Amino acid sequence: MSSEILIWAEITHAKFIHPVTFELASKAIELSCKKNNIPVSALIFLESELTEDYKEVFCLNGFDKVYYVSCDKFNRYKSDIYAKAAIEAVKLISPEIMLTGATCQGRDLAPRISTALHTGLTADCTSLDINEEGKLAATRPTFGGQLMATILSKNSPQMATVRANVFKPLENTVRKNTEFIKLDIDTSNLVSAIDITDFKKKISSSVNEINSAEIIVAGGRGMQSKEGFELLKQLAKKLGGVVGASRLAVEMGLADAQCQIGQTGKTVSPKLYIACGISGALQHTVGIANSTKIVAINSDKDAEIFKIANYGFVGDAFEVIPKLIETL
Amino acid sequence: MKIILCIKQVPDTSDIKWTENNTIQREGLESILNPYDLYSLDSVVKLKQNNKDVRISAITMGPNQSEKVLRRAISVGVDEGVLLSDKKFSGADTYATGKTIASAIKSKLNDFDLIVCGQFAVDGDTAQTGPSIANFLDIPQITYVKEILDYQDDSITVLRELDEGIETVKVKLPALICMLKSDYETVRANINGIKKAQLAEITTYTIEDIGLQPEEAGLKGSPTYVSKAFRASGRDVTCEYLNDIKSLSEAIKTTGGTK
Repeated sequence: MSSEILIWAEITHAKFIHPVTFELASKAIELSCKKNNIPVSALIFLESELTEDYKEVFCLNGFDKVYYVSCDKFNRYKSDIYAKAAIEAVKLISPEIMLTGATCQGRDLAPRISTALHTGLTADCTSLDINEEGKLAATRPTFGGQLMATILSKNSPQMATVRANVFKPLENTVRKNTEFIKLDIDTSNLVSAIDITDFKKKISSSVNEINSAEIIVAGGRGMQSKEGFELLKQLAKKLGGVVGASRLAVEMGLADAQCQIGQTGKTVSPKLYIACGISGALQHTVGIANSTKIVAINSDKDAEIFKIANYGFVGDAFEVIPKLIETL
Repeated sequence: MKIILCIKQVPDTSDIKWTENNTIQREGLESILNPYDLYSLDSVVKLKQNNKDVRISAITMGPNQSEKVLRRAISVGVDEGVLLSDKKFSGADTYATGKTIASAIKSKLNDFDLIVCGQFAVDGDTAQTGPSIANFLDIPQITYVKEILDYQDDSITVLRELDEGIETVKVKLPALICMLKSDYETVRANINGIKKAQLAEITTYTIEDIGLQPEEAGLKGSPTYVSKAFRASGRDVTCEYLNDIKSLSEAIKTTGGTK
């Protein structure tokens, strides 16, 4: 086993490296400090050679090493051939810890790697740490967000997935003299059973908007009706923000599933999060814990949401919001 | 076409109790069929309604009471129910669960074309068991499936809903798919279906039946373990309560909420 932290560098459909890769790198550098500065490395699959642009990005984001495999069969992500080659690659590298984004791709790939290597994988972690024994302590919400559980793996690599926006990328670039290593993996026998026949880019950008929004006005069950959400839209518009929703609000049909924030929805980290009529179940709050400031408006003064809010206002959102809009 | 439908009975997550080993105390909890499995159930039953050659076996792992979800599946058109139940299965993580279900499929249901799972179970929310089963069986998997568009004897075509867009994928069988919420109308049981479900014989397999050793299943066979479980918000703040709209407005303005 080589002592290093390996990160799966995901290439998106639009052929850029997914930002979660660099968020994981920033966290891995922090973890590495607690483990005698073991190297932080990336594994990337490319359809052609590693370009200077990609190299530059890895250098600037603090990677010590980058392992890559080039093969034209990697032009699109396909679970079977990617898994087969990734399992080979991870066996060769034999890292102590491996992290992947909890993206559609990462959540598809990571369990195949962990299964093949008979090791533990913890999904959707909200925090990662190194314990007294030098092991990866991966913490995640479980049971509908009722509880947080810290999970350890008996075997190596100790694996975890983390969603985008949970960790922050490095604030200042750390230029490293990154080593680029071409892995010797036989790709000639890779045959996929999967044929991607069509791809339509999402027209609605609400997902991306909510992921990167600086201001989010979110509503929960307390907003009661579509009219309630209209009020939120007006407030969001006034502030230059976007509208989000709790799981209950989505289940009640008040908001689109794309707007859902929380453990079963999106994880967000805006500068300002205004929670209106949201009780504050852990399943929701784990998705907003990284917001810079949280303002909560709720008629129940004992609502859990106030425990994580910077500012609280006890009152009926239907009365408060119109008055608030006038003053802004 | 032979389909294996993997379903899970999940506890009502509003009232959780934990054992000394930090695993879930499942006895005494209200149980429901995992909502994502409802969508996959709907989808395969729709396939069967359109083609009488489709045969569906539903499989679940859990305590004896889990047979309830199998009967529910039978009531809407699933042909048979298979329950994997053994004390030695308890405390399994996604690896051990994947191994147990894959071993049961290999030893008892090996003649299949398609395995269908829900994308997530709402209790664990890991989305790992489906891909893990696929890897143990060495078959391809397609996750985030929104809709089954077409199927032939040797392939299936599905729509995947991904972060970036909608992908149409054709995969050769055998394969495993994990399904998201579909737009299908939920299939309902009629009186005949309910009767059939009540009378159905549920096949139950123990660890010996599927050829696993005790150290390969359950808590012992799990590479992960819970070191602690706790309640936490993940934010260390004290709320400043505001009493009038003006101060609320000021607070919002100063925290970046000015256009």
